[in-house]
Amino acid sequence: MSILINKDTKVICQGFTGAQGTFHSSQAIEYGTRMVGGVTPGKGGTTHLDLPVFNSVEKAVNDTGANASVIYVPAPFCKDSIIEAADSGIELIVCITEGIAVMDMIEVKAALRYNNARMIGPNCPGIITPGECKIGIMPGDIHKKGSVGIVSRSGTLTYEAVNQSTIAGLGQSTCVGIGGDPIAGTSFIDTLDMFEKDSETKSIIMVGEIGGTAEEEAAEFIQNNVTKPVVAYIAGVSAPKGKRMGHAGAIITSGGGTAESKYNALEKAGVRTVKSIAELGEAIKSVY
Amino acid sequence: MNLHEYQAKDLFRSFNIPCSTGTTITKTHEIADAIKQLKGNKWIIKAQVHAGGRGKAGGVKLIESVDEAQEFTESLLGKNLVTYQTDKNGQQVNTILIEEVCNISSEFYLSMLVDRGSESIAIISSTEGGMEIEEVSRNTPEKIITTRINPAIGIMPYQVRKIFTTLGLEGKDLYRELQSMLVNMITMFKQNDLSLLEVNPLVLTKENNLLCLDGKVSVDSNALYRQKELEKKHDLTQEDEREIDAESFELNYVALDGNVGCMVNGAGLAMATMDLIKLHGGDPANFLDVGGGATVERVTKALEIILSDKNVKSILINIFGGIVRCDIIADGIIEALKKIQTDVKFVVRLEGNNAELGLKKLEDEDLDILVAKDLTKATKLAIESAAL
Repeated sequence: MSILINKDTKVICQGFTGAQGTFHSSQAIEYGTRMVGGVTPGKGGTTHLDLPVFNSVEKAVNDTGANASVIYVPAPFCKDSIIEAADSGIELIVCITEGIAVMDMIEVKAALRYNNARMIGPNCPGIITPGECKIGIMPGDIHKKGSVGIVSRSGTLTYEAVNQSTIAGLGQSTCVGIGGDPIAGTSFIDTLDMFEKDSETKSIIMVGEIGGTAEEEAAEFIQNNVTKPVVAYIAGVSAPKGKRMGHAGAIITSGGGTAESKYNALEKAGVRTVKSIAELGEAIKSVY
Repeated sequence: MNLHEYQAKDLFRSFNIPCSTGTTITKTHEIADAIKQLKGNKWIIKAQVHAGGRGKAGGVKLIESVDEAQEFTESLLGKNLVTYQTDKNGQQVNTILIEEVCNISSEFYLSMLVDRGSESIAIISSTEGGMEIEEVSRNTPEKIITTRINPAIGIMPYQVRKIFTTLGLEGKDLYRELQSMLVNMITMFKQNDLSLLEVNPLVLTKENNLLCLDGKVSVDSNALYRQKELEKKHDLTQEDEREIDAESFELNYVALDGNVGCMVNGAGLAMATMDLIKLHGGDPANFLDVGGGATVERVTKALEIILSDKNVKSILINIFGGIVRCDIIADGIIEALKKIQTDVKFVVRLEGNNAELGLKKLEDEDLDILVAKDLTKATKLAIESAAL
């Protein structure tokens, strides 16, 4: 088992023929992901990377039976692409694109309430079940099939967590990059819940960062619902207040969002925290 | 992206949101003419900077004559105003707002922001106007009312009634005023892709009208591509020069006070690198995310920006090669270091895709740099180098 995706997941790509879509789709195919086609309005009927191109997600779903979609379209068009995927029966939407306006995300989330679709991202590296299915921009070769579930708001920090858990000999069940934006499709809590229920996942690494209160809410959830050991790291202890640290969501505001508050909440919930990103591997080995 | 108070109020007026009447000047000699346009015999002068706390910092004053106005304006224009929200250098005052005074009966706090938890716009209101809302929230949280607006249906009359009563307002006319103000603000918030709108204080005048005496507006930077008019209002004198320079090369840079510079790929890892420097007893000089494709051009520009900060004594380059190969990144670093003349010590940590090959390339070059695969070791080396 794993969560959300496995070797049977049929994936299409929206923004398939663009530079990003082309590069990362060919990487995914090479990894073994079951890519079944792509969508670029106006290019329907052609083929790209030996796969069919469709004008709409609806047509792609009808012809290929796709149940997941990865989105690389530019930020101004993502609202349309995400809602199109959801309305066409796609179950898992992974939006990699960075820079989507927050007002668009408010509308997207309101629209998704009327669908069964789960969205991951935006502004994220994607999701991978090692050895089975890779949807996103993460380097496949640092992953190893195993027992650690990883959930993170940051791309490169996910890679650090993956690399260290691979070196520790544990490997990963599934890694989910939930993204660095203030409003995201999938939360820490959603992912922690799935890891708790997944038989293959034995322990969990959670990587958070400053901004918002998602980590504090996750801590409360862990205390009440998660029996598996959790190791957590929070980025941004040294970040100044009021400055956006790269990610749109990584900002300490007057309403809170400090690393200190997140560490306190997680430690209170019995989570093993590390203050150095370099210590994740050792920590996850010790709780195993 | 932040707007000045006078720009925020222009925006308010275009949405029929009542605010205090005023005019702006950028040169001291314009003050007499400006005052002639205004009613009354007392006026408020307010320095326009992107920071709160102007009153306590001496940037706001009630004046009663043209001479007094002239003197106060002279003391502000071109100078930097330091408030509790600015850094130690403060923000430059280039524009002065002069406003008519009004007869205040009571003061309130009103703001709107994007609420992450409910994934909607939230209205924050309080009877404690004119104070720092952080302080109110700490000391008397029960005096803050949060109202969440369903994005599909907008504000409901029951929500207006709740805000109306908790602010202690009375009468049908005032209710209609508040309702139209809130509806117009939400429309303005959505249409302009705002991330924050704050009025502190919102006042009830003795003539029984609601009036915005202050106005703070932030625009979602991700939406500037469709907010061209607002983008034009961006006052670059209020931003750090290096941050603007970095932005034009699509680099994310934030200046800090320390002496260990860092150049990292990825925002999360960039923050984690700063944290590590701090954890091991050093002091980071900046946040810098060089992005995924660390090309020669980007690396060179990033290093130039870091080195323009004279406090920097060493630079830690921390790269996790994902899709991009570390040996190609190493080529970029080598080329960049050949172009840059400096005594600052460089420490490079490469990990991930082709890290060994990249490190070997760096070692083979005749460059005065330290290399490491281990992040903790690299961090300590950078801190030690900065201390020399």
